[in-house]
Amino acid sequence: MTSGPRLVEVRANVLRRNDVLARSLRERFHRAGVYVISLVSSPGAGKTKLLETTLASLRGRWQVATLVGDLATDNDAVRLERTETPVRQITTGTVCHLEAEMVERALGGWSLDELDCLFIENVGNLVCPSSYDLGEDMRVVLMSVTEGEDKPLKYPTIFNTADAAVLTKMDLAAAVECDLPAAHKHIQLIRPGLRVFEVSAKTGLGMDEWLGFMQSQIGSRAQS
Amino acid sequence: MHELSVAANIVEIATEEAASRGGAHVLALHLKLGQLSGLAKEALIFSWEAICEDTPLKGVRLVIEEAPVVVYCPACQAEKTLRSVQEFVCPVCGVPTPEVLRGRELEIVALEIE
Repeated sequence: MTSGPRLVEVRANVLRRNDVLARSLRERFHRAGVYVISLVSSPGAGKTKLLETTLASLRGRWQVATLVGDLATDNDAVRLERTETPVRQITTGTVCHLEAEMVERALGGWSLDELDCLFIENVGNLVCPSSYDLGEDMRVVLMSVTEGEDKPLKYPTIFNTADAAVLTKMDLAAAVECDLPAAHKHIQLIRPGLRVFEVSAKTGLGMDEWLGFMQSQIGSRAQS
Repeated sequence: MHELSVAANIVEIATEEAASRGGAHVLALHLKLGQLSGLAKEALIFSWEAICEDTPLKGVRLVIEEAPVVVYCPACQAEKTLRSVQEFVCPVCGVPTPEVLRGRELEIVALEIE
């Protein structure tokens, strides 16, 4: 037996605790028949606005609920409660992203069997949320036309891990001279084949297509 | 900036692993960091040093090996290493490569102990 320095193999995923918990959450959601969608974007891209309109439209047909993450305040939860659907605020304090443990804790007392769909609005941040699996079925990344067409190139990890993208505030696209073809090109460079929706939750532009997509995703889970 | 909480996870795992090896003295920790891990190498090292300051791991080196993004090219029918994370296309034939095989690693590969 040598006593000098030696290298021992470990092979441990640093985020294994989060990943294990996220997997068990995903199984729970599947068993309960809940389709889970998380929304990520930079602060102010319009996640809450899109959700307000989406919840108001979906609630007639499906049982929908929302968890909304912020560093501080329950302002977003207050806005979403006006849609008369169940909402819970997760206040993260200094943490810049949601983790599976926060989601699990926030679900306490809710009967998942009664839900068809759960939205998780992450903290506004295009970096940190990309590393944390929350047990969702689909991660949707939002990008407003006012942010600059090169957002996907600056934050490739979050765009590459998204399952759909939404270009928001389309009613402002002309005013801010957004180069839409460039925005689409950059998204496709980072995540080839990603489905992209152009919407304005304010004017309703493009909302039919987005809501149709939501309906079909939730419906596929409800029937399985 | 979530490097600090990730560094805390590394401390936790390294401590567990060292304990499971009879409380071995850890000299260095080898970490594989994928280009798509969402973490910055420099910030992670800074956070590591800060968080180890008042722990038995103080002075333990964090050796980071950066791992490139490896995709599957459907045209070449082969694994290819991306030239840039700003461009998910095959470096040989230019075809879009949506399938990522590696590059998201955030993994403790080995411990150097005595």
